[in-house]
Amino acid sequence: MSARSDGALEEQIGQWRAYLRRRRALDARDVEELETHLRDQVGALIQAGLAEDEAFLVAVKRMGSLDALSREFAREHSERLWKQLVIGADDDAAPKTVRRTETLVVLALAVAAALAIKIPALFGLKIGDQNDEAFYARNASFFVLPFLTGYFVWKRHTDPRRCAWLAVPFIAAAVAVNAFPFTHGSHTQALSVLHLPMALWLVVGLAYVGGRWFQGGGRMDFVRFSGELFIYYVLIALGGGVLTAFTMMMFKAIGMTPDWIAQDWLVPCGAMGAVLVGSWLVEAKQSVIENMAPVLTRLFTPLFTLLLLVFLATMAWTGRPIDIQRNVLIAFDLLLAVVLGLVLYAASARDHEAPPNLFDRLQLLLIASALVVDALALAAIASRISEFGFTPNRVAALGENLILLVNLAWSAWLYAGFLRGRAPFGALEAWQTAYLPVYSIWAAIVVVLFPPLFAYA
Amino acid sequence: MDLGKDLVAASSTPLVLAILAEGESYGYAIIKRVKELSDGHLQWTDGMLYPVLHRLERQGLVASKWVSPSSGRRRKYYRLTKAGRAELEAERRRWQMVDVTLNRIWLRACLA
Repeated sequence: MSARSDGALEEQIGQWRAYLRRRRALDARDVEELETHLRDQVGALIQAGLAEDEAFLVAVKRMGSLDALSREFAREHSERLWKQLVIGADDDAAPKTVRRTETLVVLALAVAAALAIKIPALFGLKIGDQNDEAFYARNASFFVLPFLTGYFVWKRHTDPRRCAWLAVPFIAAAVAVNAFPFTHGSHTQALSVLHLPMALWLVVGLAYVGGRWFQGGGRMDFVRFSGELFIYYVLIALGGGVLTAFTMMMFKAIGMTPDWIAQDWLVPCGAMGAVLVGSWLVEAKQSVIENMAPVLTRLFTPLFTLLLLVFLATMAWTGRPIDIQRNVLIAFDLLLAVVLGLVLYAASARDHEAPPNLFDRLQLLLIASALVVDALALAAIASRISEFGFTPNRVAALGENLILLVNLAWSAWLYAGFLRGRAPFGALEAWQTAYLPVYSIWAAIVVVLFPPLFAYA
Repeated sequence: MDLGKDLVAASSTPLVLAILAEGESYGYAIIKRVKELSDGHLQWTDGMLYPVLHRLERQGLVASKWVSPSSGRRRKYYRLTKAGRAELEAERRRWQMVDVTLNRIWLRACLA
């Protein structure tokens, strides 16, 4: 016996089903089984004289608490919580054909990116060759990021004509870094190589949010995506390393040394393809890693706070100045970026309504100590500049530290306001996401303007 | 009469097995049969039957198949397996033992 297919009742059952489907312990068949039960119950109650909406309410009530139910299912089917990690094992709302198309598109793009990095080899540029190293370093982004951008344009159903301009930064950057007459081992070239991916990542972000850059948390989603992609990429790279090691070991066992397979094919092609595959995994499995970034944040916020405090205390105690070489400055900028990342991911996972707690105080302490470290680094750079003049490395470092200083200072202010109950937590998140383009624009300046400004030195 | 959570849980396995011994059936019908048999005293939370059925299936005591009728929604039917029949027999003996034990002491209490 089945309930009459009345519009309102169907809609209610539909909502109930959608709610049940989000439970990870239940698969599509369980939901179907439970839905049939619900419909039987509703039908019987209607026959007994209840109105449709009453029957629905009673039937849902008799079904029991869905939390308890999915706990029971989870106990019985614990393997399902793991299976979510396997591609295609979940019962997405999307029909199968859409998912299969997406799989094919992603694989095609990944293969395209993997092959793209081999195209220069046709023109005699070899990976691993000393002379061609700079070429590959300058162009690495162009072998993969356009494909990634294309994937998001396709995935978000953005009208390709409306976002054709996304190709402009890629073309402009490709022309610029390859046309500049860099000398071998020049500093401006090294800076360009470092900053190019940062600048172009904004273009990927614009494609990722698909036109909702200024609304609906699109930028925060992109921040989450970036962090999750990083985690996936590291995991895939680990797997790739194991694969490479086994390849070498097995062929060596039969007296062959296939170094060229690893060096010319496995590593470069894998590194390119993994970006696409990783992005796709993040898109498909957002919920799995979503839980990882906050956990890592919680784990490392105290440790990084401790590191910064110990470092500051040591500096104060010994009076040693910061040695400003490019690698040291890069390391410092990375450290500050990690601090910002910790703040950002803690913010992304935080319940905005929750009152301030101990962890928030720890975050403020982290930001404050990072601020002091940043100020010290800035002072070191500034004194070096006033003493020995401008070099591209110093100016780039100066700019980056200033940008981070502004961000950290305002974040500290907002966080302090939040702790004292004066500002909502959302203000901090809004500030962080509003600041995102600044990094990329500065990176673009370093890539495009620094080489001519400093005579390609 | 409120049976309490533990007793309901403990009695669910023999009850489901015994009902399926009458012939293959599906979730909603099993719940209805329980209500009938207990004169409405044994009230299960409907949803909770399904994890029990799935557990019995994993243990190999029941087997299931999806049946699509010519009209209407398809249903998952459960039936007792050979191992299920043996388990039902074992359960029956266990419950009878409990029943006999309790009866003896209650009888003595009455006589005393």
